[in-house]
Amino acid sequence: MQQDTKRGLTLIAPPLGYAVALLAVPLIAIVIFSFWTQDYLTIDRTLSLRNYREALTDPIYGAIMLRSLGISGSVTLITVMLAFPVAYFVSFRVPPAHKSLWLFLITIPFWTSYLLRIFLWKVILGYNGVVNSVLTGIGLIDEPLSWILYNANAVVITLSHAFAPFAILPIFVALEKIDRSLLEASRDLGENAMTTFLRVTLPLAAPGVVAALLIVFIPTVGDYVTPAQVGGAGGTMIANVIQAQFRDLNNAPLGAALSVLAMLIVTVLALGTIWIARRLSGGRD
Amino acid sequence: MLRAYTLAFLVFLYAPIALLPIFAFNSGTVIAFPLDGFTTRWFSAVFSNRELHAALGNSLFVAVLSAVLSVLLGLAAARANIRYRFRGKTAAMGLIMIPLVLPEIIVATSLLVVIVRFLNLPLSLWSLIAAHVLICVPFAVAILNASFQALDPALEEAAIDLGETRASTFRRVTLPLVMPGIVASLLISFTISLDEFIIAFFLTGSDVTLPVYIWSLLRFPKQLPIIMALGTLLVLASVLILTIAEWMRRRGLARAGKNDSGGFL
Repeated sequence: MQQDTKRGLTLIAPPLGYAVALLAVPLIAIVIFSFWTQDYLTIDRTLSLRNYREALTDPIYGAIMLRSLGISGSVTLITVMLAFPVAYFVSFRVPPAHKSLWLFLITIPFWTSYLLRIFLWKVILGYNGVVNSVLTGIGLIDEPLSWILYNANAVVITLSHAFAPFAILPIFVALEKIDRSLLEASRDLGENAMTTFLRVTLPLAAPGVVAALLIVFIPTVGDYVTPAQVGGAGGTMIANVIQAQFRDLNNAPLGAALSVLAMLIVTVLALGTIWIARRLSGGRD
Repeated sequence: MLRAYTLAFLVFLYAPIALLPIFAFNSGTVIAFPLDGFTTRWFSAVFSNRELHAALGNSLFVAVLSAVLSVLLGLAAARANIRYRFRGKTAAMGLIMIPLVLPEIIVATSLLVVIVRFLNLPLSLWSLIAAHVLICVPFAVAILNASFQALDPALEEAAIDLGETRASTFRRVTLPLVMPGIVASLLISFTISLDEFIIAFFLTGSDVTLPVYIWSLLRFPKQLPIIMALGTLLVLASVLILTIAEWMRRRGLARAGKNDSGGFL
């Protein structure tokens, strides 16, 4: 047994050391760096709260942070609601032999050309785009719609598309784990299809739904490409501001402070979601 | 109804990608409807663009090395996770898997700060490889966890009882059984690295990767049809790679006599 422990520790050491050196240490470094200040071309290394004061008092940062959270929140709700029926279909209606083929088809678009997928939404939503051509073609609208591109709506649509598979997979895994005899038992005891779904299936799928909420919300808050491509001025998110501070505005310490704040807010919200989910499930999870 | 909904959802998922070949073969220079005529001009442009080839070369270099290193680290982590019990395993695995849910901009900025501000090193393709290994390892671990889980420990014990050493058991029994998982995770890590933009945007110096190069072209309307042609080729290549990865993953599960329970994650 002692030998096994030693072997396990030896094996875990390289990947763990790597994660410590390239994740934990850089995260500590960026926190330290966020307390330094940009002094024109040089960095003043005395610790100061100036960046945080600026980030928290300048209303523009607060507004963009709130907008990022709002956009990610909408994306998360839309994605998870759209994804649930798909996951349910693959888990409950597709014959077992075909399940992995369906999952494969669902995940393929997610792995290919992230940048180009985002760009193509511009083509779909644009003034002369697919949506407007079709709608004017069938006579549903006279003027092309302009509220679907270069604003927060466009960011929500595009991100919901990009993160769809992320939401489907955890819900699918949770649904697969449900013991099908529980559903039969519920029907035998007089529940109908609807109440069985609401009182048995849905509560048992809850861990997957919570995982899906988190796995969509966390990365979307920090998305850079989508708001930069389809967001316009009204769809700018926190990652765009961070990138601008690091590159064009040349105030990397302020960018670091914004990164740290974004990370803190996301962590608190994620832990809050997990806590609420545990409370709702009666602390059994 | 549920089936119709799911099919409609698949159409929604594939809609943007389906536009790629349409515009790649369209002779008009504006990426909008109505279409003009048929041309293969944009594909010839892809094949004759030097800068693009340099970017592709950089991307392939980064992706191959990132994939190999990620899978080596992933093998160690997954093996330790499934086979051994030790204190602190949950915390260690948690830290290793965190990049899966960390916004990439955080990984990008924090590594940039360390490399440029603390270590005073120049940015190069190596800094990008280091970052890509970090974000690919969790995917490799997720796939390899399943491979090691499917492995019957009795097979390894039998090999040792029959006189093999631990090293030769690993080489002759364990490795062949998890090989499909290794290939699948190599291909997935390769695909992730090849397609990754935001970290590459922050961490590449003068040598850019393909996504960073594409990003720089997106601002020039004249270049857009060429990007559509390039995108078409990239999608074909990644579908091919992913199909092989999925096939290997399933073969691995079949070899271990396990039921297939889902996709990559």
